[in-house]
Amino acid sequence: MPRSITPWETQRKLLVKTENKTNPKYGHKPEERPSDEYIRYGIINLDKPPGPTSHEVAAWVKRILKLSQVGHGGTLEAYTFKLEKSQSDRRFAHNTRRV
Amino acid sequence: MTGVLPITLEESRKILQALLCSGKEYVCVMKLHGEVSQERVNEVLKEFEDVIYQRPPLRASVKRQLRKRKIYYINFLEMDGRNVLFRVGCEGGTYIRKLCFDAGEVLGCGAHMQELRRTIAGPFVENEVVTLHDVAYWFMEWQKEKDEKILKKFIQPMEKALALVPKIYVRDSAVSAVCYGAGLTAPGVVSLETGITSGCLTAIFTLKGEAVALARAMASSEEILDMNHGIVAKTERVLMQRDTYPKCWKSGEI
Repeated sequence: MPRSITPWETQRKLLVKTENKTNPKYGHKPEERPSDEYIRYGIINLDKPPGPTSHEVAAWVKRILKLSQVGHGGTLEAYTFKLEKSQSDRRFAHNTRRV
Repeated sequence: MTGVLPITLEESRKILQALLCSGKEYVCVMKLHGEVSQERVNEVLKEFEDVIYQRPPLRASVKRQLRKRKIYYINFLEMDGRNVLFRVGCEGGTYIRKLCFDAGEVLGCGAHMQELRRTIAGPFVENEVVTLHDVAYWFMEWQKEKDEKILKKFIQPMEKALALVPKIYVRDSAVSAVCYGAGLTAPGVVSLETGITSGCLTAIFTLKGEAVALARAMASSEEILDMNHGIVAKTERVLMQRDTYPKCWKSGEI
């Protein structure tokens, strides 16, 4: 079976409909945005460390860069022992509540 | 469970929708629960290529209903005792933990995922990653020196995340209307990329290369090229701040 083409291998060509110019008065090229705006319209290609969850890592970046909102693309779960731990913690909390 | 994790800052988090459903590549260590020959493992992994049915695992952040996901390729790399190393390229939303479990079922001995590293997430690749330490250090440097070059070392503009999404470039006069949620009409289109089909996600760009909005195409690339009037794409998510470009949906050209 031939290997299917992945999205990152797809080649696209540009089809030109009309010629047009852009007015330099409005907006900025992505690389020429003022620093403040550059951060707010920016993405970090981060290497996730193995311990914390994706959400925790996103929260750390938010705190480092002193931003109000950050998001992350595609959850990479933390180590499974951490999941088990949280599960046992919950069970413990449940049991103590019963007592 | 390490690897490429794109972090979107403030305004750029609006493009997450495009990033979540983009293709991913992982390197995975699968631990078998019994002795199996290398040929058999290779054979079973090959069976999982192409479209598979998958029910998300018990501990998942999505509804647990059977869904179809495309596996582009699985390359067996190495095997040491019961540990199997392989590289898998798949559609967004594929659970590799489940893939390992299912492969174990087919092998008959059972298996689980031991280690996982994401190497590609849409347009983001492993050899361009920065660590949390880099981020903290460079951000401090930037605060001291206020040099934009330092920022560019670790932050990329959000347009980078849309590199794989087919783009439609529009006139300056069409930008503001799209920012206010209007659909993109044919006269506003200047150029577009091939590979757009009716109903697929596209990105609307200005001629300066800024992202304006994510939109759902109403026609294919070739059809759009021939269109003189009518809606070309329905705006789904506006990315640009309103009033960056002047309103001219009544007055005409800038």
